Amino acid sequence: MLEEGTYFMKGNHVIAEAAIIAGCRFFGAYPITPASPIAERMSYRLFEEGGEFIQMEDEIASMAAIIGASCAGAKSMTATSGPGVSLMLENIGLAYMMEAPVVIVDVMRGGPSTGMPTLTSQGDINQVRWGSHGDYDVIAYCPSTVQECFDLTIKAFNAAEKYRVPVFIMADQILGLMTSNVKVPRLRDIKIVDRETPMDGDDTYQPYDSSTLVPPMAIAGHGHHVLMTGLTHDERGYPATNPEGQEKLMSRLKRKIYENIDDIVELEEFMLEDAELAIVAYGSEARSVREAIKQAREKGLKVGMLRFKTIWPFPERQVNELSRRVKKIMVAEVNLGQLVHPVREYAVCEVVALTHSGGALHPPAEVLRRIEEEMK
Amino acid sequence: MKPPITVERHPRDKLLRVDRLPHIWCPGCGLGKVISAYSKAIDNSGIERNKHVVVSGIGCSGRASGYLDLDSYHTTHGRPIAFATGLKLANPELQVTVISGDGDLSTIGGNHLIHAARRNINLNVILVNNFIYGMTGGQASATTPYGAKTSTTTKGNYDHPFNLPFLMRAAGATHIARWTVLHHVQLQESIEKAFQHDGFSFVEALSPCPKGFGKKNSFRNAIDTMHYFEQRSELEENPELTQLEIDMDPKSDVIVGEFFAEEKMPYFDSKDRFFHYIGGHQA
Repeated sequence: MLEEGTYFMKGNHVIAEAAIIAGCRFFGAYPITPASPIAERMSYRLFEEGGEFIQMEDEIASMAAIIGASCAGAKSMTATSGPGVSLMLENIGLAYMMEAPVVIVDVMRGGPSTGMPTLTSQGDINQVRWGSHGDYDVIAYCPSTVQECFDLTIKAFNAAEKYRVPVFIMADQILGLMTSNVKVPRLRDIKIVDRETPMDGDDTYQPYDSSTLVPPMAIAGHGHHVLMTGLTHDERGYPATNPEGQEKLMSRLKRKIYENIDDIVELEEFMLEDAELAIVAYGSEARSVREAIKQAREKGLKVGMLRFKTIWPFPERQVNELSRRVKKIMVAEVNLGQLVHPVREYAVCEVVALTHSGGALHPPAEVLRRIEEEMK
Repeated sequence: MKPPITVERHPRDKLLRVDRLPHIWCPGCGLGKVISAYSKAIDNSGIERNKHVVVSGIGCSGRASGYLDLDSYHTTHGRPIAFATGLKLANPELQVTVISGDGDLSTIGGNHLIHAARRNINLNVILVNNFIYGMTGGQASATTPYGAKTSTTTKGNYDHPFNLPFLMRAAGATHIARWTVLHHVQLQESIEKAFQHDGFSFVEALSPCPKGFGKKNSFRNAIDTMHYFEQRSELEENPELTQLEIDMDPKSDVIVGEFFAEEKMPYFDSKDRFFHYIGGHQA
């Protein structure tokens, strides 16, 4: 494992190394630009750390394999880009329903379809949240710097283990391939969370005990004889495909995220104290926005940024509070308007969008121009 | 008035989730025989019961995992082999068996079937072939015989079916067997052999689907397919694999047997050749 120190590394590689430190011991993936460097690094690093790497036959298989490995007790991850996420969506629903902790890295590229494999985008924000069928929740971290590729990967594993949900790391082409300094703290200073498991031989164990929001997870081979299924199930894991069974299961699955939303959500406030215009931004795009805000402040414009380090679950309360403090919110993102919609839903002030078709970030000058226009 | 359901103890009960019985399968279905053969094989395997894990996909056969009192995983349609691959890699001590149908494993999941065989990973795949999508109402699958009537091929199936043992041999499976569910003991022995075999095992279990397949074709009554299996099954030890297509014509033979087994470096050994990671370092 990486020892304490400062490293000059590519974002994708940092995610791989952070995953290993977080305890990841299974990685299954299919090559895809621009996420492949994660798989390439894992292909030898995991063996060195006593884990397992496998290049699967497609992304459907990758997603299925990491859920299987998670059920056998391994902290598991895959890495892909938008087209791969499209293929994984059905099994993301399975991970949600089985409550198998897994981490999915999405190094976003231009879409739709094959789009622009080598250029950036933030077009998968809605896909990961809404793409699988039915009602479900994910936790999605969105690093903005190479350092955050490290920090948020650790947090992603911890959140997956703690809440037994699929957790995304939403990087993008620019961040994934950017090389920068990253500080790795002393290993013993890094907080690592492991899933709760039942005691071996506990005859009273109910795999989906509804008296707790996140029941302990039995590991294959320990004698609990669990049945884990994508079907709506009862506390025993047995199919309960009726409205009552559905209500009981779905309400717990929903509550385990929303009753812990303040524990999960992470936001950064930048120059918001006296801001009249707040820009909501995330990921690489937030770097441009930060620079533009600095320049705007030099011109005396009262503008700040609320940066989402977690995109999902959506920080409903915080956005609502922000909207009561400022005159206007602008959502800057490298897509044609995705996160702007939930912001509008929870904001009471005017919300405008700064969109981009993809392939590049907004240059700071363009963000600045728009700030000036909105504050006229 | 409905008569009360009497559940009597059965020798296989200890491996079943008896509180889930009666099962959902139709009278005359062969899936119970597959479960029975698998559970007898577990009893005989000498492998600790807690190390046996069963994974299945979607469909009638996909419900197999839910009736077995083992660590059991009921996954998505077509994906149990990929799921099982992750399980096995994360804990090679587990004896991982996939039980699922022809639609699940060879049609929607065909890619995972061939790639797991190619890797020669130590999984046991029991493919219950009833030539049809049963649960969704009898539509054609990749093993529906040419000319057979199904609810999506009402004039006769114009698609050619897979010859699964031949496909598996080409893909790299190192243990290939086929029995009908009538060959209960042989099926059980092939499953036991799969447990012992170090590599990818493929056991095809031909099964009647009286409602979905039989009655639309030449097997009006549930028992007719079993009679056909009884009368026309031919045991062959070293058959020409290209000749193993099944047309379910009452005048054709059904070739069954332990078709193929070879020692080929299995997945984990093959990887160890390149990575010696005991102690955390590459040799």
